[in-house]
Amino acid sequence: MHRTTHKTDWGVVVGRATGILVLLAGILFAAGLCNATPQDNSVPSIFDSHSTPADSIRHLSLFVLSITGLIFLVVFSLLSYAVVKFRSRAGDTEREPAQVYGSTQIELAWTIIPILIVVVLFLATARVIHAIQDTPKPAEAVEVTAIGHQFWWEFRYPGLGVVTANELHVPVSDSSHPTPTFLRLLSADTDHSFWIPQLAGKTDLIPNRVNETWLDPHQTGLFLGQCAQYCGTQHAKMLLRVYVDSPEDFKAWVQRQQQPVNEDAKEAAGRRVFERTACLNCHAINGTNGTGRFGPDLTHLMSRSTIASGAAENTAENLRLWIQNPDAIKPGSLMPAMKLSDAELDALVHYLETLR
Amino acid sequence: MSSDVMTIQSAAASGRPWTEVLHEWITTVDHKRLGILYILYALVFLLIAGFEATIIRIQLMRPHNDFVSPQVFNRMFTMHGTTMIFFVAIPVLFGFANYLVPLMIGARDMAFPRLNAFSFWLTALGGFLLYFSLLGGNGLYGAGNAPDVAWWAYAPLTSRAFSPGHSTDYWTIALLVSGFGSIGTAINLIATILCMRCPGMTLNRMPLLAWLNLIMAGMVILAISPLTAAQVMLSVDRYLGGHFFDTQAGGSATLWMHFFWIFGHPEVYVLVIPAFAFASEIIPVFSRKPIFGYPVMVGATACIGFLSLSVWAHHMFTIGMNSYANSFFAITTMAVGVPTGIKIFNWLGTMWGGKIQFRTPMLFCMGFLFQFLIAGLTGIMLGAAPFNWQLSGSYFVVAHFHYVIVGGILFALFGAFYYWYPKIIGRMLNEGLGKLHFWLFLIGFHLTFDVMHFPGILGMPRRIYTYEPGRGWDTMNFLVSVGAFVQGIATLVFVVNLVISYFKGAKAGNDPWDAWTLEWSVSSPPPTYNFASVPTVASRRPLWDLKHPEDPDSRYE
Repeated sequence: MHRTTHKTDWGVVVGRATGILVLLAGILFAAGLCNATPQDNSVPSIFDSHSTPADSIRHLSLFVLSITGLIFLVVFSLLSYAVVKFRSRAGDTEREPAQVYGSTQIELAWTIIPILIVVVLFLATARVIHAIQDTPKPAEAVEVTAIGHQFWWEFRYPGLGVVTANELHVPVSDSSHPTPTFLRLLSADTDHSFWIPQLAGKTDLIPNRVNETWLDPHQTGLFLGQCAQYCGTQHAKMLLRVYVDSPEDFKAWVQRQQQPVNEDAKEAAGRRVFERTACLNCHAINGTNGTGRFGPDLTHLMSRSTIASGAAENTAENLRLWIQNPDAIKPGSLMPAMKLSDAELDALVHYLETLR
Repeated sequence: MSSDVMTIQSAAASGRPWTEVLHEWITTVDHKRLGILYILYALVFLLIAGFEATIIRIQLMRPHNDFVSPQVFNRMFTMHGTTMIFFVAIPVLFGFANYLVPLMIGARDMAFPRLNAFSFWLTALGGFLLYFSLLGGNGLYGAGNAPDVAWWAYAPLTSRAFSPGHSTDYWTIALLVSGFGSIGTAINLIATILCMRCPGMTLNRMPLLAWLNLIMAGMVILAISPLTAAQVMLSVDRYLGGHFFDTQAGGSATLWMHFFWIFGHPEVYVLVIPAFAFASEIIPVFSRKPIFGYPVMVGATACIGFLSLSVWAHHMFTIGMNSYANSFFAITTMAVGVPTGIKIFNWLGTMWGGKIQFRTPMLFCMGFLFQFLIAGLTGIMLGAAPFNWQLSGSYFVVAHFHYVIVGGILFALFGAFYYWYPKIIGRMLNEGLGKLHFWLFLIGFHLTFDVMHFPGILGMPRRIYTYEPGRGWDTMNFLVSVGAFVQGIATLVFVVNLVISYFKGAKAGNDPWDAWTLEWSVSSPPPTYNFASVPTVASRRPLWDLKHPEDPDSRYE
């Protein structure tokens, strides 16, 4: 008898505790979403979308969430009801309950209703798949080739003759005059994945394969993302920044990137360091004999706000540290420690700072 | 009679030198002893892989933490994933299948006892090889290293160019060897279930556990074989100059993905179907009713098994397949929800109108039911390909599959431990510690894995050893880590319970739960030969017929 009372308690507790936990989860979820919409886009929430493909995904997601949420409520209530209602009670006789083996009608019902739900979900999904994947490229689209490297991003604008790294600039797209950006995605080594949650879903960069994705942002600003496919030691610091510029800003940025390199003779000492050491095996600077492509193009290094694929701010101090001991910023990155003398380092950093 | 058998065994054991006992366990071909070996082996690796998870969670407690280096972190999640799937989940489920299937179908052993032993020792060698990489991974250096290619080991990260040394080879050979072990056990289970049933036990009267393990074994053969083939191909690439996955020589990275996921997705069901099997035995007994809709339960499971072979590329929605392929894999993935839903409703139907007793095995099965429901629904979200483009590779996915594996499979498995421990050991597990284990684990589980969905929604990718502050991920990661510690403590309570109850638990007797399947008709632990005389059955619940001669099941079937 004593044992039976205990059983009763646990039944109620299971139901209530689960209810409370689900409620807590719901609150956290709501908090997460509120948290996700500050003005500066520092939280890259998928529900705070600012680009056509990300918007379509958000709409589909909310639809799927509401249907699955409804299913959850119904089944959860039924289960909780059964757990509370049919628990064995203190006053129960020792008799077994009625032995029921099944019911064809009921089982048919809970087969057919889920099939209908699946059909609805699938139709909604297929529509969005088609809308995102089979969109034709308009003539005004900006074309970019993105190449994933261990552990940084190379961006080439073949139509504009611009090469940069880690910080992608794209024009804002006006719905009356859309200028989306279409990206060809390649990889130089292992698999990577291009993911800016607020602008589009992710697409992998796979060696020996050409993938495509597109962005159609309708708000200017900086959008954050990072590599989303494990690619090796420093996968975590393969960060990604996308600047959505107004059409004028984008034009100005492109013009600056197209400028030839600064040819000031005073910087010759630093330039000689660059050309004489191993730097030029991996890095290119227009107008020097450095044409390496294992590392980022440095021609307009100072136009970027970060170095090491977003791992550190682009300051003179960080440049010095990065050149002398990359592991201090990004342990396991493929940049070797250059072991320059202080004089060489001063000259080199001074030279790099002129690459605007 | 049960106590007779036990006295003889323990008296015999204490009178002999330990080397002889050890020799007996190592050379055993008894399905029960092999089952216990599988389970113990898996428990050891559960603690090791749990420890690795703890290291991962300490590192991620706050942004820019430097508890471990990126290299160590990457090895930890690789070893955690590989160990949990191949050397915890598979062996422990095989252990229960080994132990229970012959007893439940009235057989005296598996069909091929020596193959059974061989399979176990292959699996054991696999786990040993994986961990030997810690000593031999770098070959020449003496202080070697564990693999760091993640448990998917995507090409071309596994090629010699990106994974020099031998750590990846240990990973490959470990999975190759244990894969052969798994295939051996699967063949054995199929042969046993098809050929060794006692008189009267038609397929239609088999306990659901046997049915589900039959389906699981079929899937093991279909799923593990391609993985094993892929491991051979990878070794050919690494040592014989092959180019299957070598992208620099024209090989294909996506080929590996297809091989891996044609294994990987059915593998999820290989693990979850035995969990269904536990729930399908435990829920009826503690609801005091037969399983609701037995034929539909079998049909739905077969349907899940079949469908699960056509969904693998939903792990690859982001690799740039065309819109038709994406649509195909979206519909097949969502379709799995239908038979899965049927199963949940049938368990509900089993409880409906019953007299539910919330003993520890049932508590864990209730946790399983509620959590598996949520895991299934987040699975539907991930099946909607465009939603997947956002969620895939993020912490949302990590939360989703831990919901399946921990919230679903592990909870059902804990239920199975509490339910069958008395049969295997002859003593009950402590009910008080059991409930403490359940509630602690439930709280820890929800704290960790409910919260873990949200950083994924906020853009946090998986497999990163550190993250930037100010992205809304900090507090959540802290909570996730706290929950992980609570789960760790709960697991220790479980281990303590296993050990204490082994010495001090109440005597179980043959049939402590008043259950209905054949294993409860013999002593606890069962005699070596299982059944003194081979039983004859007339229904799905032979012990119900025995206990209720006035109202036997055989009258209705």
